[in-house]
Amino acid sequence: MGAMESTIKEVCKRYGNSRARLMDMVRDVQEQLGHVPRESFALIAREANTHRVEVESVVSFYAFLTDKKQGRVVLRLCDDIIDRFKGGGEVGAALCKALGIGFGETTPDGGITLDKTPCIGMSDQAPAMMVNDTVVTNLSPEAVPALVEALRRNPDPQALVTEFGDGNNADPLVQAMVNSNIREAGPVILANYRKEGGLRKALTQTPDEVIEDIKISGLRGRGGAGFLTGLKWELTRQSPGTEKYVLCNADEGEPGTFKDRVLLTERADLVLEGMTVAAYAIGAETGIIYLRGEYAYLRRFLEEKLNRRREARLLGNTILGREGFNFDIRIQMGAGAYVCGEETSLISSCEGTRGDPTDRTPFPVVKGYMVSPTAVNNVETYCCAARIMDMGPGWFASIGTARSAGTKLLSLCGDCERPGIYEVPFGTPLGEVLKRAGAEDVACVCVGGPSGQMVGPAQFGMGISYEELSTGGSVMVFSSQRDILEVAGAFMEFFVEESCGYCVPCRVGNVLLRSRLERVRNGEGTKGDLDYLRRLGESVKFSSRCGLGQTSPNPILSTLKHFRPVYNALVKDGGGTVNKSFHIMKAVEQASAIAGRRSEIFHA
Amino acid sequence: MSDSVTITIDGRNIEARPGQTILEAADAAGIYIPRLCSHPDLKPIGSCRVCTVVVDGRPQAACVKPVMDGMVVQNSTPELLQHRRNIVDMMFVEGNHFCMFCEKSGNCELQAMAYRFGITAPQYPFQFPEKEVDASHPDILLDHNRCIMCARCVRASQELDGKNVFQSIGRGFARKIGVNGERALGDTDMAATDKAADICPVGCIVRKRVGFEKPIGQRLYDTRPIGSDIEEVRA
Amino acid sequence: MSKPRVATTSLAGCFGCHMSLLDIDDRILQLIDLVEFDRSPVDDIKHISQRCAIGLVEGGCCNEENVHVLEEFRANCDVLISFGDCATMGGIPAMRNNIPLEECIDEAYRSGPTVYNPQGIVPDDPEIPLLLDKVYPAHEVVKIDYCLPGCPPSADTLWAALTALLSGQPIELPYELLKYD
Repeated sequence: MGAMESTIKEVCKRYGNSRARLMDMVRDVQEQLGHVPRESFALIAREANTHRVEVESVVSFYAFLTDKKQGRVVLRLCDDIIDRFKGGGEVGAALCKALGIGFGETTPDGGITLDKTPCIGMSDQAPAMMVNDTVVTNLSPEAVPALVEALRRNPDPQALVTEFGDGNNADPLVQAMVNSNIREAGPVILANYRKEGGLRKALTQTPDEVIEDIKISGLRGRGGAGFLTGLKWELTRQSPGTEKYVLCNADEGEPGTFKDRVLLTERADLVLEGMTVAAYAIGAETGIIYLRGEYAYLRRFLEEKLNRRREARLLGNTILGREGFNFDIRIQMGAGAYVCGEETSLISSCEGTRGDPTDRTPFPVVKGYMVSPTAVNNVETYCCAARIMDMGPGWFASIGTARSAGTKLLSLCGDCERPGIYEVPFGTPLGEVLKRAGAEDVACVCVGGPSGQMVGPAQFGMGISYEELSTGGSVMVFSSQRDILEVAGAFMEFFVEESCGYCVPCRVGNVLLRSRLERVRNGEGTKGDLDYLRRLGESVKFSSRCGLGQTSPNPILSTLKHFRPVYNALVKDGGGTVNKSFHIMKAVEQASAIAGRRSEIFHA
Repeated sequence: MSDSVTITIDGRNIEARPGQTILEAADAAGIYIPRLCSHPDLKPIGSCRVCTVVVDGRPQAACVKPVMDGMVVQNSTPELLQHRRNIVDMMFVEGNHFCMFCEKSGNCELQAMAYRFGITAPQYPFQFPEKEVDASHPDILLDHNRCIMCARCVRASQELDGKNVFQSIGRGFARKIGVNGERALGDTDMAATDKAADICPVGCIVRKRVGFEKPIGQRLYDTRPIGSDIEEVRA
Repeated sequence: MSKPRVATTSLAGCFGCHMSLLDIDDRILQLIDLVEFDRSPVDDIKHISQRCAIGLVEGGCCNEENVHVLEEFRANCDVLISFGDCATMGGIPAMRNNIPLEECIDEAYRSGPTVYNPQGIVPDDPEIPLLLDKVYPAHEVVKIDYCLPGCPPSADTLWAALTALLSGQPIELPYELLKYD
């Protein structure tokens, strides 16, 4: 038996040779072999009781999985727009120079692979990159040569971390240079709280009463969609099924969002307490935290938290002495797929398959993970739930607005003095938040990430809330020095990259939107192209299958709405009869070089 | 549970059986809702979105949405027709569809849909992507240039043939149909008798040596628009 | 009143669409009663002599001369029609669009299975128009008013479109006449 075969056998056995754990198996195979070789697909399939093509299907879906040999060290430079504006491009160029390779390549000695990745959740300390699972923040081009040299001497990325960040980032099980940057704590989540107060209180009530409390509190999903949490729990509880599941969506992929990273670092117990409350209310025995691959550096820390809770009888059987209340949590690692933040994709991924979304009839509350009733909630939602149980629904409902109860954690980043985490009551005007963050010259704010809205000063009086400016947490600030359509273009690139490709409008429409926006940005567009963008954008929004495609045209649609003059300045009237996007000199360039002569008909 | 529900499609009341999808109920009533990925013998997956209708004000794929009593469905509003046309245009430009030499021409559901919609040319720019042709199987050709990712072959192989010859691989614009073999279709257990060999709506999966059997004028969609068979139920 | 003028050209096409135009058979007599042909391979007039009501373009643009001619048509025709799959989508010539130009030339002149060219000479004369990086459908180069697909569009399709246009009606093809093959 070859080395590869024994590795695969061992890895698959670790997960009970269960097809549903295919994600974990291929992740582990990659960790041990550096990649998932194509020759291994059939072997893995045999050990996992599935088909070869299913293995290929999974490996080819996730950005962090690959069938190509990689270096011992893989550098993934964060490529979101905030990082780019903070000098990410220059850092990238310095990395290419120091390594002597381009992106997507591996050094000839097989030591280091260089790659780009969408937002890794470090926008308040950009530019940043992942070195294997280790995060390196506040990069500068000047620091790159020494960093590369250090990696060449010692391929252990952890050796790059000489100083730890604030709070639990210095915990022995984290040891990250990441900062939590909590700028403003609010009453609900970041205030000092009674540990396990919510859980203890919940156990004095019946599950129905717990659900009733959550309903009365008005808590809505903090991931952005804003579904009523109490109702979700009630539906899950009422749906027929012997097994029920509580899933925590920690796949914080929306560019510019990093509040869940901070919660998992600084409020991990509160998150787990909230999940346990949910399990009690719903009648679930199994919970899963879906942790995005970018936050793998928090995994050991979270595993240890789980262990301590098991020891303290806060997890496991007979929780806090309550007969019949058994609940445990496992961590499911993601592997670089934004769409897995969509709840049905997240479930697919937890089941070990590619993260294609599924149809939402039936909804996960009826048939979710393992075709059983499943409640999927955001990290922050669980924190709120635990606090509601402790402090009472009335207390929670008294904070915020009538339709948006409680506080919201905002991840502020971009052109401001104090990027970081702000916990504000719902209804706080955007302008107020900007002021506190020391953002003075602001031309545009992207609220809710690429899938949200890009708004201008005319909208700064609007409040952060589900009814006005809705956000899962991302608030990106852009000064008047920034090109707003460069931002929109970067967001479209992101969606093209992250579309799962399942449905036509999202798979194709985003590609078309991106290139037509590019045409307009290059000054080659007409007024007709703006119409094209709007009509195509609306079609993608209207007919896409999941939330990704239903929001992906927003960067274009919201800038067309709020920043129309920017577009108008780029397009000329009439358009004439010759397409400006066609460049004859560019079109004959190759033939001209091959033939060694210039065009006789067209001269530059 | 009652054995019949009533829904409204474009103002017409339709009797439907609980458990039916909107698309099935419409078919039975002689109302054609355009579709490409859906097939009567396969579980619906709602990937092409051509069957998008408006249900009580919200867009839904009719092939996957179960009927509920009192549902109000819009099927042929100008807006919906435009969205569907846009989707069909997208399918044309994302692949390399050379109808003039495609064996499936005249019997192709994508082409027929474009004919039905009166599309003279796609409004979007052709992407001319690089795609593979897999001719490794002795009896079946797999030409990725023509694939619309409807996954009918994936489902047919699993649900009708009891195999697992196909599966989606990759993601986004690079998504494609993969095969359960080391290199190509010829390495799989696909057989010429498989249902999956005949279920492709376009010319992506075709049988070898049987192309161009019927002369122009006698092919499936030469004179009868796609969906006519369903609409004739009503007439 | 003078008859409306019609100009036609074949760019990166095979002239099949023009053959189809001739396939209208005896209706061609009606057609020349209705219109005056300006530049066209049919009458061998080399350049558009005066403003035309209708321009018919067969083929897409594969080289600089195609672009030049297409621009001449656009500048001199009130209504410009792409006819045939090559003009509307690139057609067969566009099959080269995802193969690098160098490889295409090599295959055509040096290494193709039916090529005999021991010296490996690639024709290169200033008279030979430079190839474009890819084949462009006509509407990607200039504004096109109508597209008539088909390989070729049938004679009936062309007749229906022309007679509609000449009588001031919009082109609305019946189901049987809209075909891509």
